[in-house]
Amino acid sequence: MQILNKQTHIDFLKLRKIAMVFSAILIIASIASLFTKGLNYGLDFTGGTSVEIQYGQAADLSSVRQQLQAANYKGAIVQNFGTSQDVKIRIPDQDFIPGDEIGAAVIDLLQSNDASVVEKYKGYVGPVVGEELKEQGAMAMLVALICIMIYVALRFEWKFSLGSVAALAHDVIITLGFFSISQMEFDLTVLAALLAVIGYSLNDTIVVFDRIRENFLKMRKGTSYEIINNSLNQTLARTLMTSITTLLVLLALFFFGGETIHAFATALIVGVFIGTYSSIYVASIVALALGVKKEDLMPPEVEKEGAEFDLP
Amino acid sequence: MIFDQPNQVQRPINTYPKWKYVLIVLIIAVAAIYAMPNIFGENPAVQMTGLRDTEISQTQLTEIEEEWQQQQLTPIAVEQSTNQKVIARFSSTDSQLMAHGIANNYLNPDVRNTDYVVVQSLAPATPDWLRSLGGKPMKLGLDLRGGIYFLMQVDMDKAVEKQKEQISNDFKRTLLDHDEGRIRGRIEVIDNGLLLQVKPSDIERAYSALFQGYSDRVLLERITRNDIDLIRATFTDAKLKEIQDMAVDQNRLILSERVNSLGVAEPQIQRQGADRIVVQLPGIQNSAEAKQTLGATATLEFRLVNHDAMAGYVPGDQIPAGSTEFIDNFGRPIIVFDEVKVTGDHLIDARAAQDQQTQQPIVSVNLDSVGGAKMLETTVKNVGKRLAMVLVESVPNFEDVNGKRTLVGSTTKERLISAPNINSEFGDRFQIQGSFTPAQTKDLALNLRSGALVAPTFFIEERTVGPTLGAENIEKGMQSVMIGFALVLIFMLVYYKLFGMVANIALTLNLVLITAIMSILGATLTLPGIAGIVLTVGMAVDANVLIFERIREELREGSAPAQAIDKGYAQALSTIADANITTMIAAIILYAIGTGPVKGFAITLFVGILTSMFTAIFVSRGIVNLIYGGKTVKKLSI
Repeated sequence: MQILNKQTHIDFLKLRKIAMVFSAILIIASIASLFTKGLNYGLDFTGGTSVEIQYGQAADLSSVRQQLQAANYKGAIVQNFGTSQDVKIRIPDQDFIPGDEIGAAVIDLLQSNDASVVEKYKGYVGPVVGEELKEQGAMAMLVALICIMIYVALRFEWKFSLGSVAALAHDVIITLGFFSISQMEFDLTVLAALLAVIGYSLNDTIVVFDRIRENFLKMRKGTSYEIINNSLNQTLARTLMTSITTLLVLLALFFFGGETIHAFATALIVGVFIGTYSSIYVASIVALALGVKKEDLMPPEVEKEGAEFDLP
Repeated sequence: MIFDQPNQVQRPINTYPKWKYVLIVLIIAVAAIYAMPNIFGENPAVQMTGLRDTEISQTQLTEIEEEWQQQQLTPIAVEQSTNQKVIARFSSTDSQLMAHGIANNYLNPDVRNTDYVVVQSLAPATPDWLRSLGGKPMKLGLDLRGGIYFLMQVDMDKAVEKQKEQISNDFKRTLLDHDEGRIRGRIEVIDNGLLLQVKPSDIERAYSALFQGYSDRVLLERITRNDIDLIRATFTDAKLKEIQDMAVDQNRLILSERVNSLGVAEPQIQRQGADRIVVQLPGIQNSAEAKQTLGATATLEFRLVNHDAMAGYVPGDQIPAGSTEFIDNFGRPIIVFDEVKVTGDHLIDARAAQDQQTQQPIVSVNLDSVGGAKMLETTVKNVGKRLAMVLVESVPNFEDVNGKRTLVGSTTKERLISAPNINSEFGDRFQIQGSFTPAQTKDLALNLRSGALVAPTFFIEERTVGPTLGAENIEKGMQSVMIGFALVLIFMLVYYKLFGMVANIALTLNLVLITAIMSILGATLTLPGIAGIVLTVGMAVDANVLIFERIREELREGSAPAQAIDKGYAQALSTIADANITTMIAAIILYAIGTGPVKGFAITLFVGILTSMFTAIFVSRGIVNLIYGGKTVKKLSI
């Protein structure tokens, strides 16, 4: 079976203006949302207490809220988690009780009112730890981007390097934007997923760049525009195939991996879509716009004696 | 590089030399062996651990086994990993339960005074022959097996404060004992050190004396403030780091000791960063109990030995009121007064050292000035007698009340650490000598310090994963790996036919390799780790896809099938390397910066990239060569 059994000849770059507008809209919307709504940080980043319990029957969330209110807990967020029997409660630090004792106290409270309550998870994160994690996360992103930029610059050329990093930044911002707009919980596993997205999207971009470089050296005639277009067509089958297989396993994680892994899978699915698109459009368009040309990729010629006198 | 070159002159196209196949088969065989322990699962087991220095003797073990035999309980295997730890595996939880009761009754006849911890646990059911090859299954993270995770912060300010006090005492001593007449002055404690004011005429002398004695520990500067000449002493970075390291290591060791008494099968206590300690307690749920036990305080007491009562004493004799019997390190009884002469909160430092003259290992002890005065008062009157150092630990007691574990008060446990002779009077600075080995002095110093609360700890992060969630996570994680894997296999087979089959074999081997490497490394499998494996499966296909698409391209351009294969592999190579190295960079950074679950994900991702490159480039080529190599091929099944 072949999806693309002939060499395609799609003029990808013809759509570059539309793609740029599309990307710009997504990025602006993401940044706007990040600034206004921000991210719905999970326990890992905010600090506080998180408790997951399971009721013997469908849980009555409003009753849980009332019990917590009656016991003076302020700012508790109570929601279903996975099934209707599972409840997740998040509580910020309180005045009347040490932070690391809230979890046990809340479970005791709910168990005293309903014996069927089973403790599934209880977590407390001190305020310092959360702050540090945010810094570390941002740091990890930056270091990853810089290291990758250096590698690509060494291996290819700075215009490609900028192109690939632009594509990565594009993917990260839009995935973050997705989490901001949807207000899905952003926890440590999502951060890990985001870094995996960087790896994945880069993988795609490098494959395309590799082919562009090869074609620049191989095809004697042809403008940069034609060569990049050709390269995109030649790698299209592979780009789609790999995206499909990766998406297959991600969908398996999304549907069967359980609640704990849900946000992780979501981040990666969004990332794979965006990453596939950006490796076709963003990365090559940036390289093209920067004026990448054949000479940039030629191996440096051995200087002939007296070459400096050969005036044109 | 292990990749072969596209045009090897002597060799027919698409064939591998024999040694390559031998190498591939060898690697796969080794991987298969080390991945195997993961499929045997776990047996219910009884784990017996001696607390502190208590050993489990061969006689004890034989007797326990005999008692089991009488109840028709036959363990599958009994393994003694160290002198202090024995694990017996059973075939059913029923026999485990009974065996646990018998062993516990035997080892701890007195419930109030336990020297052993006997717990029910799960032990890997790896067969002996695999075990003898060093095979062991991957460890499961807390999120997969349930348990408690604590992150503890060591209070460094307290530790630094104690050190300031000590340096301040040392300064006073040096200045007062100055050869050319005593120097008097005033010492003020400031943020990161001390400020010293002496008579202007003495300042030169004071500075040079202090510089000689302490420039390795503190940074000494002459400063002027409000027209007054002062000497400022601040801790050097090296000294601060030393204070920090000592405080953290001390706490880590104390915690290890206490965790033992919780009866956790495989606890992990690790330092994290400069001033933190991670404690992982798999398999237990009661975080209140764990916290009380870990947070328990120990105090050190200096008490005198009751020599009168010891004269002609035989174990079993009446012990006079106001005294307690202890057993010293040589197993001999020793009777100690209950009256406390000096308490451990006066202890500033105790460390293993070497006697300057005899080169014998000793422990040198420092007390603060108040403690020193009290010690001097005590020792002046008691030269020739023995000074007992007793560590008093308060251990919380838990009992099942109405099916809930509840705190029902606490018991104090007293333990004699050492009882040396008082050879001459001493105050805030003394040495403990004896026929010690260096390791023994280290232990002794640590024991002394553990009663001094050099740096208190507090909990800054805590996670308790219940057993139901753990079971759910592992089940769902595994299920999604299976489903994702199956989907990819089917897809590849349909899309690339025979070549898809080759890719699938490579992919399966890839999973085996990842499992083997993770097992050999002793890495812990967590839920994000499983996600990493799933992701690797998806991405591992990529290398194969790159190669196959190249081959198809070559075919379209009119290459003969054999050439198409050869060129396809050759040309995809640099692309595969570039693409994977960049992903590897991301994985390394994740590992370096991330903690806990993120690290787990990074490890699997990294290992996965390596193995997928090996299987896609080397193994899949080998199989393709076996199928198509060395003969005229008209058509490829791709």
